[in-house]
Amino acid sequence: MLLDFEKPLVELENRISELKNYTGEKGIDLGVEIESLEKRSLDLKKEIYQNLTPWQRTQLARHVERPNTLDYIKMLFTDWLPLSGDRLFGDDPAIVGGIGKFEGRPVTVIGQVKGHNTKENLARNFGMTHPEGFRKCWRLAQQAAKFHRPVLSFIDTPGAYSGIDAEERGQAWAIANNLYAFARLKTPLIAVITGEGGSGGALALGVGDALLMMENAVFSVISPEGCAAILWKDASRASQAAEALKMTASELLRLGLIDGVVPEPLGGAHRDPQGAAVNLRQELRQILQALQQIDPDTLVELRWKRIRGIGEPK
Amino acid sequence: MTELFKDLFRKPQKYITVRADTMAQDKGTLWIKCPECGEILYVRELEKNLEVCRKCNHHFRLSAPERLSITLDEDSFQEWDADLEAIDPLSFPEYQGKLSTAQEATGLHDAILTGEGRILGWPVMVGVLEPHFIMGSMGSVVGEKITRLVMGAIQKKLPLLLFSASGGARMQEGVFSLMQMAKTSAAIAKLNEAGILYVSVLTDPTTGGVTSSFAALGDVIIAEPGALIGFAGRRVTEQTLNEKLPPDFQTAEFCLKHGLIDLVVPRQQMQAVLAHILLLHSGSQPDISVNS
Repeated sequence: MLLDFEKPLVELENRISELKNYTGEKGIDLGVEIESLEKRSLDLKKEIYQNLTPWQRTQLARHVERPNTLDYIKMLFTDWLPLSGDRLFGDDPAIVGGIGKFEGRPVTVIGQVKGHNTKENLARNFGMTHPEGFRKCWRLAQQAAKFHRPVLSFIDTPGAYSGIDAEERGQAWAIANNLYAFARLKTPLIAVITGEGGSGGALALGVGDALLMMENAVFSVISPEGCAAILWKDASRASQAAEALKMTASELLRLGLIDGVVPEPLGGAHRDPQGAAVNLRQELRQILQALQQIDPDTLVELRWKRIRGIGEPK
Repeated sequence: MTELFKDLFRKPQKYITVRADTMAQDKGTLWIKCPECGEILYVRELEKNLEVCRKCNHHFRLSAPERLSITLDEDSFQEWDADLEAIDPLSFPEYQGKLSTAQEATGLHDAILTGEGRILGWPVMVGVLEPHFIMGSMGSVVGEKITRLVMGAIQKKLPLLLFSASGGARMQEGVFSLMQMAKTSAAIAKLNEAGILYVSVLTDPTTGGVTSSFAALGDVIIAEPGALIGFAGRRVTEQTLNEKLPPDFQTAEFCLKHGLIDLVVPRQQMQAVLAHILLLHSGSQPDISVNS
């Protein structure tokens, strides 16, 4: 998948690799040309990725090659044990959960999974969670609390699934229950929005002691397309809506609605998943260390104070 | 069910005096057509019948003051936090104008009325969402007023009663409004730890971020007949699935059938049922001397 604003960069990168091949094949030294093109490429990269509009970031956040929760699990945890099911209805393929070791200590991981291609996306329901998925998260969080194991939550969804079956099984009730239960869960809880943080379906995995966002992730009450359709009866004005919604990591940090932004390598996480994971690991390590010093009762009270203070009218 | 409660409460019903002018403004005429069955109804009659169609039992939407007036004992309501107003934290396009229009139309500062009152003598902390104020949507003011009400219920050890009528989170306040779902749900968690009763009444319409937070968390959840209750809007679901939805989809009766709520209670019996629940959660008789 190639985004419009990435095209000039990719064209330049292709030319560089062509020149390099040519050098190798013909034995002609094009080192000076290559070097100058590489410098131009780096400048262009900075120019593009350091000046992204909210709508461009939304597109990056949805990029199919962006590392998904399974990729982060592989890069961040060892001794991974996947766990399934909500013990009530089924196992939601749009949610993964399990236990792994982070820096040598066991943690519970829950997260939403989007696919990297159409086939995977169909299998994962495009990352849209069913009620049983939210209940699976809840079950694994309860289990984690029993063993005083921290919970790390990875958020990446267009939103909770809307369909007849989801309504029949109480989609709204499943989300409400997570907001309610996570608020009082007696173990450290860190949530990271890695890609798309779509409304209530994202928030259902987002209540905790710290809410982080990857640099190019977005978090919003409604999709920019949906917002534009309501405001201007015109979904094509999504780029304007993306600005109005203040949905990027830097804007949400400035508004005090999230606790931290995890920098992505220049060019975005999809161009360097390892680099993104390294940055995330560092951030998680620091926050976990701080949270593990706090006794569970105090932790829950601090969590309440943090949530309580959001949107207090003047 | 009427029979069941007839003898329980002999006290004659009186309505409190908080009444907005919305009823007269909305209708403005003597006659109104029932949107459900098409029956032509005399407005005065409809009001007397608590805004329920006498032919098909369609429950018209009530304004928050109307809801309080048919639920609470006369002159028992004391409003809390009346002056809280939205601050437009995102400087969102057209929001200021929308707020002013809604304030003018409803006479309220935002989409909720909260306070203390009595139901057939029983003291309660009560909140009512106003469906005519930007679709009863929950922004920072609604979230904050509910949270303060819950904290008040804990402090005063009084039962909590919330009537929902809302399209969900308020888009114009972005993530601030989304976070009110977390805030109100966390407040209810604290209420439960304190052992305080919470009755949630879902009225037409209750959807989105309100259903997915405090409204779904009652010890007892009641709905009015025919009320639209659900997560996603009907149109969104229809578009997602590209198929027609069953006629009872996302109604109060649908929720009852699928085990999501406890009771469907007609408006005429709501006050008696609420008093019944309060009775079952109290060790004593209500002090009705205050109101008689």
